[in-house]
Amino acid sequence: MSDLPAGVERHTFDGEERLATRGPPAYGEPTDGEWRAWDTGRSKVGAMLDRGLDTGLAADATVLYLGAAAGTTVSHVADMAGPTYAVEFAPRPARDLLDVAAERPNLFPLLKDAREPGTYAHAVEPVDVLVQDVATRGQADVALRNRRFLRDDGRLLLSVKARSEDVVAPPDEVFDRALATLREGYEVLATERLAPTHDDHLAVVAAPLSE
Amino acid sequence: MDGIDSSDRGWFEGIDRDDDEAATQAIRDGTADATADWPARAVESGFAADEGDYYDILHDATMAATRAAVQEYERSDDRQLQHSIRAMDDCERVANELAERVAEWAGTLVDDGGTGVGFCRDLADRDPAPAERRVVELARRVRDLDDEAAELRAGIERTAPEVAPNLSALAGPVLAARLVALAGGLETLARKPSGTVQVLGAEEALFAHLRGRAPSPKHGVIYTHEAVRNTHPDDRGSAARALAGKLSIAARADHYTGERRPELDEQLRERIATIRARRDDEAAEGAGSGAGGDGA
Ligand SMILES: C[S@@+](CC[C@H](N)C(=O)[O-])C[C@H]1O[C@@H](n2cnc3c(N)ncnc32)[C@H](O)[C@@H]1O
Repeated sequence: MSDLPAGVERHTFDGEERLATRGPPAYGEPTDGEWRAWDTGRSKVGAMLDRGLDTGLAADATVLYLGAAAGTTVSHVADMAGPTYAVEFAPRPARDLLDVAAERPNLFPLLKDAREPGTYAHAVEPVDVLVQDVATRGQADVALRNRRFLRDDGRLLLSVKARSEDVVAPPDEVFDRALATLREGYEVLATERLAPTHDDHLAVVAAPLSE
Repeated sequence: MDGIDSSDRGWFEGIDRDDDEAATQAIRDGTADATADWPARAVESGFAADEGDYYDILHDATMAATRAAVQEYERSDDRQLQHSIRAMDDCERVANELAERVAEWAGTLVDDGGTGVGFCRDLADRDPAPAERRVVELARRVRDLDDEAAELRAGIERTAPEVAPNLSALAGPVLAARLVALAGGLETLARKPSGTVQVLGAEEALFAHLRGRAPSPKHGVIYTHEAVRNTHPDDRGSAARALAGKLSIAARADHYTGERRPELDEQLRERIATIRARRDDEAAEGAGSGAGGDGA
């Protein structure tokens, strides 16, 4: 069980203790002074921190976030971490991501396809934490392709959605297959099912294997 | 700069830090094989004064690049088509609602009352007595909304065949636009299985069915298509399935190649004719045996 990183605290909102970061509100979440609640039901990284997983996220960490969508989670990550690169390939959510990034000078939005890291390697520096939440087929493969961004002592925080890989196969089977692929380039440090808030998802913390 | 492969360059290399357009383009179109410590390189090369300065420029450049890409997408023809069809529906719906209000109100003031948008158009042309001023003005708004709906429809009939030539040929431009809008784009429509295309627009009925409260819907908006509407009610499920199948193929052809495939029109016509003929045959048989076998 790991302590919360600096910049993430537990605050009480409407009588309920929840994770929070300091920054401009982004999606109608409740606030307490400068602090805003991190909805762990909508954010897998939030759920991972809440459960005490050692994520490697820290105040000075550089982060590459794949699958940023409208920016719900990445807004909190940018609040507490260092330079944060947010990759999303769908224009519609990217429009909302722009609003979130406009208020955060350390958040860099990129409308790119995570399957093609060469299209953003010219802008993204080596990072301490690679977060991936793309909910698309071939999630482990995307993580392998993006390993090049991760520093040797960096961490991959991967969320695998079973239904994105295979709608009929039992999730456990899908997760096993994904982990087998992932081990081609990573050492898996921890895995955790995020039920009930994120049924159907497996959270993985991994470290890059040295080449 | 010889010796440095362009694929190993940071986005900022070779551009002027004050040239926003070049920066936007570099972020959007640049590539590199490998990452590098770009902030340090940018400072070393003199592009940025220090890391903080670099991040400020990077923030502006990534914001501008992403905004430009999002805007391009918003302005694309299939997005415009989606807005047009929704606006047309809104104009028609509001015109009809207002027309009801006008009819009710006018009924209290004029002897020759009436109903609907048509009545509003007549009323709008009148020179109103002082007491009728407001209701006649309202009728004019209905007429204007109705005119705007017609303009929008004309625009859709012009652009849908450009955006989706096969889909428009099979479904008609307005239904084609409606399907694109319901799917959220031509690309998403092209990716949907035909079973989903069949029930697009019937989501409520579909969810009720999935919750076990209703039979599965046989068709969504495609029921407005002649192939479904003019088929015997018992065969509409089959007709809808056949139609959805061809529409899916059409959407894929439109998205992936954009080439017109006239054979699809013929195939659809044949499929529907076969479905209808089955019933005619049965009817003929039924009638034949009843009449004592003078069939043929
Ligand atoms: C489950 S959502 C992410 C939610 C987000 N991480 C959060 O917690 O706020 C998955 C996102 O990944 C995006 N995505 C899927 N495939 C992608 C790809 N190849 N490259 C970039 N983004 C992708 C989708 O468009 C979608 O917005």
